[in-house]
Amino acid sequence: MKIIILGAGQVGSSLANNLASEANDITIVDVDSDLLHDLQDRLDLRTIKGMASHPDVLQRAGAEDADMIIAVTNSDETNIVACQVAYTLYHTPTKIARVRSQAYLQHAELFTQEAMPVDVIISPEQLVTDYVHRLIEHPGALQVLDFSGGRVQLVAVKAYYGGPLVGHELKTLRDHMPGVQSRVAAIYRRGLAINPEGNTVIEADDEVFFIAAKKDIRSVMSELRRLEKPVKRVIIAGGGNIGKRLAKALEKRYQVKLIDHNARRTRAISEELDNTIVLQGDAADEELLIEENIEQTDVFCAMTNDDEVNILSAMLAKRLGARKTMALINRAAYVDLVESGDIDIAISPPQATIGSLLAHVRRGDVVMVHSLRRGAAEAIEAIAHGDAASSKVVGKAIEDIKLPEGTTIGAVVRGEEVLIAHHDTVIEAEDHVLLFVVNKKRIPEVERLFQVGVTFL
Amino acid sequence: MQLTAIQRIVGLLLMLFSTTMLPPLLVSVISADQLHIPFMLAFALTFSTGMFAWLPVRNMRKELRLRDGFMVVVLFWTVLGLFGALPFAIGDQPHLSITDAVFESISGLTTTGATVITGIDHLPPSILYYRQQLQWLGGMGIIVLAVAILPMLGIGGMQLYRAETPGPMKDNKLTPRITETAKALWYIYLGLTVSCALAYWIAGMSFFDAIGHSFSTVAIGGFSTHDASMGFFHEQPLIEVVAIIFMLLSGVNFALHFIAWRGASLRPYFLDSELRTYITVLGVIAVITTSFLYMNKTFEDFSHALLHGVFQVVSIGTTAGFTTSNYALWPGFLPVLLLFASFVGGCAGSTGGGMKVIRFLLLLKQGMREIARLIHPNAVIPIKVGGKVLPDRVIDSVWGFFATYVAIFSIIMLLLMMTGLDQVTAFSAVAATMNNLGPGLGDVALHYANLSDFAKWILCFAMLLGRLEIFTLLVLLTPTFWRK
Repeated sequence: MKIIILGAGQVGSSLANNLASEANDITIVDVDSDLLHDLQDRLDLRTIKGMASHPDVLQRAGAEDADMIIAVTNSDETNIVACQVAYTLYHTPTKIARVRSQAYLQHAELFTQEAMPVDVIISPEQLVTDYVHRLIEHPGALQVLDFSGGRVQLVAVKAYYGGPLVGHELKTLRDHMPGVQSRVAAIYRRGLAINPEGNTVIEADDEVFFIAAKKDIRSVMSELRRLEKPVKRVIIAGGGNIGKRLAKALEKRYQVKLIDHNARRTRAISEELDNTIVLQGDAADEELLIEENIEQTDVFCAMTNDDEVNILSAMLAKRLGARKTMALINRAAYVDLVESGDIDIAISPPQATIGSLLAHVRRGDVVMVHSLRRGAAEAIEAIAHGDAASSKVVGKAIEDIKLPEGTTIGAVVRGEEVLIAHHDTVIEAEDHVLLFVVNKKRIPEVERLFQVGVTFL
Repeated sequence: MQLTAIQRIVGLLLMLFSTTMLPPLLVSVISADQLHIPFMLAFALTFSTGMFAWLPVRNMRKELRLRDGFMVVVLFWTVLGLFGALPFAIGDQPHLSITDAVFESISGLTTTGATVITGIDHLPPSILYYRQQLQWLGGMGIIVLAVAILPMLGIGGMQLYRAETPGPMKDNKLTPRITETAKALWYIYLGLTVSCALAYWIAGMSFFDAIGHSFSTVAIGGFSTHDASMGFFHEQPLIEVVAIIFMLLSGVNFALHFIAWRGASLRPYFLDSELRTYITVLGVIAVITTSFLYMNKTFEDFSHALLHGVFQVVSIGTTAGFTTSNYALWPGFLPVLLLFASFVGGCAGSTGGGMKVIRFLLLLKQGMREIARLIHPNAVIPIKVGGKVLPDRVIDSVWGFFATYVAIFSIIMLLLMMTGLDQVTAFSAVAATMNNLGPGLGDVALHYANLSDFAKWILCFAMLLGRLEIFTLLVLLTPTFWRK
């Protein structure tokens, strides 16, 4: 696939990083040549220096035969105009733009072919905010990912001693919880994937990925570890776009405090938020944290745009008694460094955002992709089309589908109904199928599985 | 200071005001109460004074400046207050002294409703009508003053109602021009008065009483055509209900009425946080009063306690000052509670008096902010009304207003006590006049006739202070204002 990425900032470069490894032709455009040099040195891609929305720049980037243009520059307006130019001059099939401003997003009718031809709008801050929000809703989970508009969720949990299921075979899960439908999609033991079978025994410290309907998540988690108390008090460090959005999303249900060091910024945030206590100060200031009862805090979220500050303030908060700490960490190297230590959950913004873009890069009708384990594994929601003759999946029971190695089907969503996969579940046309792919290299095989044969019209 | 321009405006105002002597003249002729001569005299005197003031400067059309604005507003009430006293002083009935006549006139125009006249039931109809009409005119002046003029002068935090600041209501400057605004408000005022009069009439008042009481109800005044005030109609409880409804309506910001009326929806009422506070404050006090009255067996059955309780709370709380039973004699803390309610008063931009609900709300929020700041020393806490942040300037103004209010209140109260009044009487008299309420407690529970002349003049000043939101009047008393 030929992809043009406009903007080599944090989102743009991590996108390039992810996509370049998948045999795509990537061209990246930015005004800052230093950023471009850096990328060119590390990755196999082409760089163009220039204003992203100018037609001549787009032409040089190869817009004429590009399959997709992804506009993720800093400015909403540049992104929108670039999509317009690509649409009018080059008829680019897929145009994705980052639009942050709520003022635009409130009017969905703006983003139509006649007005602003943007096919997909992504808002990385919103994605990260939702990601953190879900983690706070499910205390104890390492990751919570939505499928089918939130009807089904994939949850990663670390199993602990004391969980009723720990030390037992997987197939006993159903005896433990009659009436609750769930399926274990993957188990990671000491960093290695194990294919979950009925007789696999769950050990303590296993990282278990399971799929269940949203309402059942809590009861499944209670099987794997002692349930944590629901979160009540949250402290957010950093009042940037993510911190503010998170506070806004949380402030109705939780007691939220937000810390930012910039006086003007705190003022602006305090004017916008209603129930949040906005504090001006340093997130790594011990006195301030103690004064604000850090030891009574359930979750401390370090959401500044500085990895080091996030790590240090989260570590400090943990040391001072916060029950759980989360930190935004952009650099992949740091993520590995800290996750075993004082920081409970390291959130990688590129990881949280990349999924919504990958869904458009994938062949076949893929609705949603979540990148897992730093991009090594993927959870995919694909739609099965065609009939028994033209499709490799429709009309077949799950045990008869030739899945690539390390791939499991977790659930099937048929209309409003959620069916947790059994070996005899038969897939029908237009079903949404949730797959867990342990090894990213197998993804082309999965794509092929969901492509409809040429005979189908 | 452009004295000539001010003179021209005051002259015009007086001529305009003189025509308001004509309707009572008509009443006098119809009822043949022999008072047509004094009213004609008052008309002629007022008109000619206005004419003489206006004629020499009639061509001095100049833009008024901010300082002139203060002057005009103050003169409006003082000059009209003085000339409005003429009919009371000239005629055989009631034939008041100059002091009493001015007190009565200012009490009317400021919609206070404090009276020095006893035996109101025996007054001729034309004078009765004139008193009610004074209140109605005063109420009209207040609406324009409060909605259109005070925000421009920026008094006591009221600049928050100015168009360019993000106040609690977005389009508070209702129409682009002040005359248009005044006209729109006048229609609402007139509409409320007419419907109030009709409602009273249907509820069982005589035609004359219905008009008279609708004037003083919509103006949140409190003058009545009977000594017993609303208590005169105790046989017809429906009248009290009508009065409660229209007092409540008149205590709401007229700009809000206008927005609701223009948009033909009730939504603005539900969105306004000042209105919510106003209803909550009155509601809480009404519940306390009613239950206390009932449990204390002041009224035998519950319906009486409820009706009188709610009526008195609304009447005092909005600073109208009608009475049905002698509330000053109610048990325990109730009279004082009601008096305190009048400090909160009506909403800004209504005909009600007191410190205004919005200021009370802001003081409350500021107080809570101080507490929150002690708990979270690093917290940044803006003060919001209706989801909008208020500039600190507004909150400063409100605090300044409150501090000055309290200071002036204490000084006036001490002066009154110097004239020989007891503490309860002095306190309640100042509260009743500065809040433009009317009836007080102790010696002034029914009327103010027994006070000394000096005390009456002080109270006149207090009424004007309260009506002009203190600062408008005080600013004229500072040397800086007069410096060229």
